[in-house]
Amino acid sequence: MMQNEEETLAFTEECEIAVTVNGQRYERRVPVRLLLSDFLRHDLRLTGTHVGCEHGVCGCCTVLLNGEAVRSCLMFAVQADNLFLTTIEGMAGTQSELHPIQQAFMEKHGLQCGFCTPGIIMSVHALLHEHPDPSEEEIREGLSGNICRCTGYQNIVEAVKLAAERLRAGRQEVE
Amino acid sequence: MATRWFGAPVQRLEDPRLLRGKGTYVDDIDLPGMLHAAILRSTQARARIVSIDASAARALPGVSLVLTAEDLGNVLEPSPLLVPHAALTHPRTQLPLARDEVHYVGEAVAMVVAESRYLAEDALDLIDVDYEPLPVVHSLDIARAPDAPLVHADVPGNVAAHLVQQVGNPDEVFASAPHVIEETFLIDRGAAMPMECRGIVANWDPFEEMLTCWISTQGPIPIRNGLAAIFGLPEHKVRVVAPDVGGGFGTKIMMFYPEEILTPFAARKLGRPVKWIEDRREHFISANQERSQFHEVAYAFDDQGILLAVRDRFWHDTGAYTPYGIIVPIITACTLPGPYRLRHYASEFTVLYTNKVPVSPYRGAGRPHAVFVMERIIDRIAGELHLDRLEVRSRNFIAPDEFPWDVGLVYQDGGPTKYDSGNYQAGLEKLKGLLDYDHFREKQEAARQEGRYLGLGIGCYVEGTGIGPYEGAKVSVESDGRVYAATGVTTQGQAHATTLAQIVAEQLGVDIHDVMVTTGDTQAFHWGVGTYASRAATVAGSAMYLAAVKVREKAKQIAAELFEASPDDIELANGKVFVRDSPQKALTLGQVAISANPLRYSYGENARKLMNMKLAGPRPGPALPADRGGPGLEASEFYSPQHGSFASGIHGAIIEVDPATGMVRFLKYAAVHDCGRVINPTIVEGQVHGGVAQGIGGAFFERLVYDTEGQLMNASFMDYLLPTAAEVPPILVDHVETPSPLSPLGVKGAGEAGVIPVPALFASALDDALAPFGLRIREMPLHPCRLHELLREARERQRS
Repeated sequence: MMQNEEETLAFTEECEIAVTVNGQRYERRVPVRLLLSDFLRHDLRLTGTHVGCEHGVCGCCTVLLNGEAVRSCLMFAVQADNLFLTTIEGMAGTQSELHPIQQAFMEKHGLQCGFCTPGIIMSVHALLHEHPDPSEEEIREGLSGNICRCTGYQNIVEAVKLAAERLRAGRQEVE
Repeated sequence: MATRWFGAPVQRLEDPRLLRGKGTYVDDIDLPGMLHAAILRSTQARARIVSIDASAARALPGVSLVLTAEDLGNVLEPSPLLVPHAALTHPRTQLPLARDEVHYVGEAVAMVVAESRYLAEDALDLIDVDYEPLPVVHSLDIARAPDAPLVHADVPGNVAAHLVQQVGNPDEVFASAPHVIEETFLIDRGAAMPMECRGIVANWDPFEEMLTCWISTQGPIPIRNGLAAIFGLPEHKVRVVAPDVGGGFGTKIMMFYPEEILTPFAARKLGRPVKWIEDRREHFISANQERSQFHEVAYAFDDQGILLAVRDRFWHDTGAYTPYGIIVPIITACTLPGPYRLRHYASEFTVLYTNKVPVSPYRGAGRPHAVFVMERIIDRIAGELHLDRLEVRSRNFIAPDEFPWDVGLVYQDGGPTKYDSGNYQAGLEKLKGLLDYDHFREKQEAARQEGRYLGLGIGCYVEGTGIGPYEGAKVSVESDGRVYAATGVTTQGQAHATTLAQIVAEQLGVDIHDVMVTTGDTQAFHWGVGTYASRAATVAGSAMYLAAVKVREKAKQIAAELFEASPDDIELANGKVFVRDSPQKALTLGQVAISANPLRYSYGENARKLMNMKLAGPRPGPALPADRGGPGLEASEFYSPQHGSFASGIHGAIIEVDPATGMVRFLKYAAVHDCGRVINPTIVEGQVHGGVAQGIGGAFFERLVYDTEGQLMNASFMDYLLPTAAEVPPILVDHVETPSPLSPLGVKGAGEAGVIPVPALFASALDDALAPFGLRIREMPLHPCRLHELLREARERQRS
């Protein structure tokens, strides 16, 4: 039978939101049930944020929300109203150079198929903000919320070490 | 001296794009007017479909189409059998949508197409299917029981196939052997779990009358040809593209998954693009799985630990269908002898249907099972005779001067299981060094004094790679000097855009950044098969090499005419073409490409410079001589191997087991790998790392648990545990390079290798660590809970 009235409302109800993503402000009207990951990918066309499980385990959809790593598949877009997001597209900015974390992943062969990579880069960004000089154990612990099926993590760990070193040495502000 | 690209650890060309989030995976493709599909899947493992009522779904605003079996007309045909075999007497393949009966939980029953995925899923809830449940075959044990229910009513005994092969005279050897042992081994189901699920976008262009599909697949060319046949379209009016693919590991070398037919069907019917993206739950219950086998083995050996004969009888679970024929069990049978000089071997297998997700190759494809069985045998021989485990391996290894070595069995490609080259002892010596093998016993003893249980495990394997039938490649130099290279194989993380560019750059003397490789697009190259069986670098790489050599020779010929020199004196380096003794008078490769096309009106800087050089003037005869082989610096070549080439490896690990909890920690992991000549060591090592991690998952955490009703109990990442960075140890990798005499580049496959020996070495290490408990591991995977259970049983045995 058809769903009851309350459910129908939940399916169709919409809401105005304003979200700042990678420094740009977006105002959109969205269904209240729209996932933040779908909002980023399909409404804003920021498809670098990937979706690997839709139940908050794999970490592919990790973005920064006010600087903290969160899983965009476990949030509704409306929950990001008036908040600040950073996605993989915002990491290198508009310059031609890669962000030091991205650069380190390239040099250390820290990615293969690349699907989990954006989520991992965002997690590493948050990790290095909290632990600028992490031990190998802290790196592995910090990465354990992101699943990579290709690399066996070894070169990811190496990339994080290199990125941490360079970020410490340089004056780049990790935000 | 020109830069050497082949063999160099160059950085990947695909990375800057992927690191910026600028990759294009299927779900990133967005076409104007696109609709979204969702699939209704069977909730029953086996049932008769009494009725389907989709009227409420059809009436839901925003729904464009609901498809059930009866709406598909002549498209409702079982998928093709991909690899037929005489022993496969009862093949069954799946319909795009189930009609009359369902055979596993997850089988596609209906499709909804709507304005959004959200709406499409709403509509799924409104479809009412009335099932009449039938008895379920939920395990190999049930499938092979005498009065088992039938998965397919017309397949007696659930037997899809039965194959017997024999080498030598095992019966005679068993009759007179000094030692004979019989054992059984069990390997349970697991799955590839690429991070990107499956997906497809289909677009019907009425102006071009052309169907284009972007699919997360490992084999776009067979799919294109299949779709053309299904929809009655000319092949050149169907384009299938595998864009960036987020991992495959075998599960995406399949045709047809139902959605690959349903989505283009809907797009053609509606005249609008349609997208279907699999979610993770769907992936757990509808993307192919593997691994489940039960082995009964007998083996004979002498007092020196020489393996004399093996008799292996096994039962292979193929799930509800046999889309991929009996490839996986054939590989198991052929992989079992491994690196050992086994002259008497009887192999018999039975392929059984179960009411589970269909089985097709998953990274390793039947090999981890075989290696598990064989390495268990070797360890046991060492144990029985109180010999060192590595010493027993050394005594049985095929020696380097015994190649080519014919195992005596017919391989999966129909060719011989014939090892082309190898040096197994060299690998073993390297592994000993990496593990500090000679001092391990002291460490183990010291640890035991502290109440800690350390164990060392070993796994050796030989892997058939680089099989046919063939692949091809096209190499073409553009006017600006950049090189366009295309092949039919796909890439799902192996970095073919880099390694194939290395092969081409080496031959044409250009920078790899000037080589643009296209893979997996039927419009770019439409001959070939796909990326599977660790074959892309060997087979497509060889084709790429042959095409590049042809282009190089043509460039030399044309430059020789322009410079009025001999082709033998022409060199290609740093993007230039010149006479060896006068490099200052050089043409760019782009200029030679322009000269190679005398009929073309040439534009651009290169063309202008060329005019000004006033090289060789007008000649008599046709502008494009017959022996030129066509215009341009362009060539297509194909490579078809005589038979597969056999890579090998030996892995070892030191683990620590906590007998109180069953938890295991890897203290050290080392892999020595031989894939012939290495194109890019960084990439090969990355493949090994990833394989090992997947192997650790498959040996330890990853078991798909079905209940007696055929319901998958752990269909989420919360319950089916993939290893994370916290579980996978650092992996030491070393190489032995034994070039393959079969292919022009001497390379062998590397993609699957890492995963293959892990269950074997895990069992080996557990036996070693838990020797005081008298434990003998005979099953995989071993979740900590199961290990704890086995330990409890062992302790009880010891007490009584």
